[in-house]
Amino acid sequence: MVPLLLTAIAKPDLIVFLAAALVVVAGGIGVISYRNPVHSALSLVMTMFGIATLFIEQNAQFLAAVQIIVYAGAIVVLFLFVIMLLGVDRAEVFSRERIRAQRPLAAVAGVVTLGEILILAHATWATGAKAANGPIGNSSDNVFKIAQVVFSTYLLPFEATAILLVIAVLSAVYLSKRVVVNVDEALEAPEDEVSLFAAEETEKRAPKEQSSKNDDEVYEV
Amino acid sequence: MGQDPLFLGHISIGVVLIVIVKVLVAFVALMVSVMLMIWFERKLISDMQNRIGPNRAGPFGILQTLADGIKLFFKEDLIPDRSERFVFKLAPYLTLIPAFLIFTVVPIGGTVHIFGHTVELQVADPPMGILFVLAMSSVAVYGTMLAGWSSGSKYPLIGSVRASAQMISYEAAMGLTVATVVLVTGSLGTRDIVAAQAGSYFGIIPKWNLIRLGVVPFVIFLIAVTAELNRPPFDLTEAEQELVGGFHTEYSSIRFALFFLAEFMNTITMSAVIVTLFLGGPDGPILFGPSFIWPIIWFLIKTGVFLFAYVWFRAALPRLRYDQLMDLGWKVLIPISLAWLLLVGAMQISKVYGFVLFAVFIVAGAALLRAVAVGKESNEVDIVTTFRQESPRKGTLGGDQ
Repeated sequence: MVPLLLTAIAKPDLIVFLAAALVVVAGGIGVISYRNPVHSALSLVMTMFGIATLFIEQNAQFLAAVQIIVYAGAIVVLFLFVIMLLGVDRAEVFSRERIRAQRPLAAVAGVVTLGEILILAHATWATGAKAANGPIGNSSDNVFKIAQVVFSTYLLPFEATAILLVIAVLSAVYLSKRVVVNVDEALEAPEDEVSLFAAEETEKRAPKEQSSKNDDEVYEV
Repeated sequence: MGQDPLFLGHISIGVVLIVIVKVLVAFVALMVSVMLMIWFERKLISDMQNRIGPNRAGPFGILQTLADGIKLFFKEDLIPDRSERFVFKLAPYLTLIPAFLIFTVVPIGGTVHIFGHTVELQVADPPMGILFVLAMSSVAVYGTMLAGWSSGSKYPLIGSVRASAQMISYEAAMGLTVATVVLVTGSLGTRDIVAAQAGSYFGIIPKWNLIRLGVVPFVIFLIAVTAELNRPPFDLTEAEQELVGGFHTEYSSIRFALFFLAEFMNTITMSAVIVTLFLGGPDGPILFGPSFIWPIIWFLIKTGVFLFAYVWFRAALPRLRYDQLMDLGWKVLIPISLAWLLLVGAMQISKVYGFVLFAVFIVAGAALLRAVAVGKESNEVDIVTTFRQESPRKGTLGGDQ
């Protein structure tokens, strides 16, 4: 027992990899097998943490932190928001599949992806270099190197991505913000200008409630 | 490939022991300070409100928290019928663990030599240091969110949605101010950030980031952290008048105690993070006696100042309304911190460039505010005229009075 433990400690990489891989795979299976969407989302978070651990094990500290901040801290939180607010947080029953050939197609796609990953991991023809090329230096260099590459060689794509994201955010804000005024109510009390502005005020404070209340009779300006 | 310094090449039992001792000491110290903090907060609040406060258990009531903790341990542990049992049990731990993990990267002192090893007084110093703090504080959202959702009742759900929306909103401002600190430091590691703040201007004014960056990032960070912690005046998540008790309404016994513990632990760790980022961490003069003890004392004093400030906020400030909270976060803090980040960047290049940018920001900001005001006015007019034109009925919409 003790010698086994010592050999295990001597190979920390292996232990970390096995533990993290187990977490990643278990999380992945959880995502597709849980009936409850919230449980699936939590499994996804588990997978993210496993991947972050693998990044740290590969010495990509920055990538690991970003993985947690962006994916676990923001994207899955938004998933959960949508799940909770739309009230689909109950177990779903999949009695009938919408797309007929879904399962065989998924199986084929899975096999193809697996084959691709195996080829990329071993061969050099795709990129001219092996996929897992070892550490790029000691770990504190990592952030520095990423910054250097992003802000010099790949500056244009980087800025283009940033602009794309800003456009996406702005358009989302624009599309979701509509001035909703209830026509009938405004016409019921024509001399009362206040009510019209009052409606606008409430709209500003609680856009969600207002828009859902007046969904069938809205007047967009 | 894994470059964990602990396991690289050789591994000695001494190194492992030091790590274990560090973790244990940090954990115990944090637990004890939470206990003292709860007592401190209750005592101070009651002083500010002309009450006596806890005074029965131990001298000055200092053991009151211990008594409360024991009481909570022995209370009945209720799990609501309509709750999601597994997530309901998981949520308190998801809140507590990030709170502790943040503390592990905070340097609380210099280095000491024990048994031939040089030991940093800090549990871990990863190269991604301050990003780890941001990551953990964004992970802390899960505890709050899932606690409210899994309770299977509406007030906790509303409370948790509020809390998570608030935490996500203020994370952006927090991240941007951290970026200003990283910009002048040139490193993400917490020990590097502290080391970069050593020294002084003219031998008197300390070269802390508080002064070096202008006071603005510090103020923004303090506000953002208060919101992130859901402490007053940003404690909409547990607004008693509106939401019963917020996301932990359905919790009782030890699980409730865990939430409470996490809240205070977060307060302490975030005060420590503020000290690290803006007040030079354990930086300070060494007066007399053993030299390793003074940095720790300075660190404790600085952290204590912020703990006092948090209690003071709670006693002095009324709670914000929800729309005020969101406006403050998105329309004030994020633009200012973004502008300040650019300004600090420009100052790094040259002073002239920096001041020009400062002037540009002031002009642009004024123009933007004016544009928003004009836009609001014209929108109001628009609605009325549109109704006049398209109204099928005779008469006007009150424009004549």
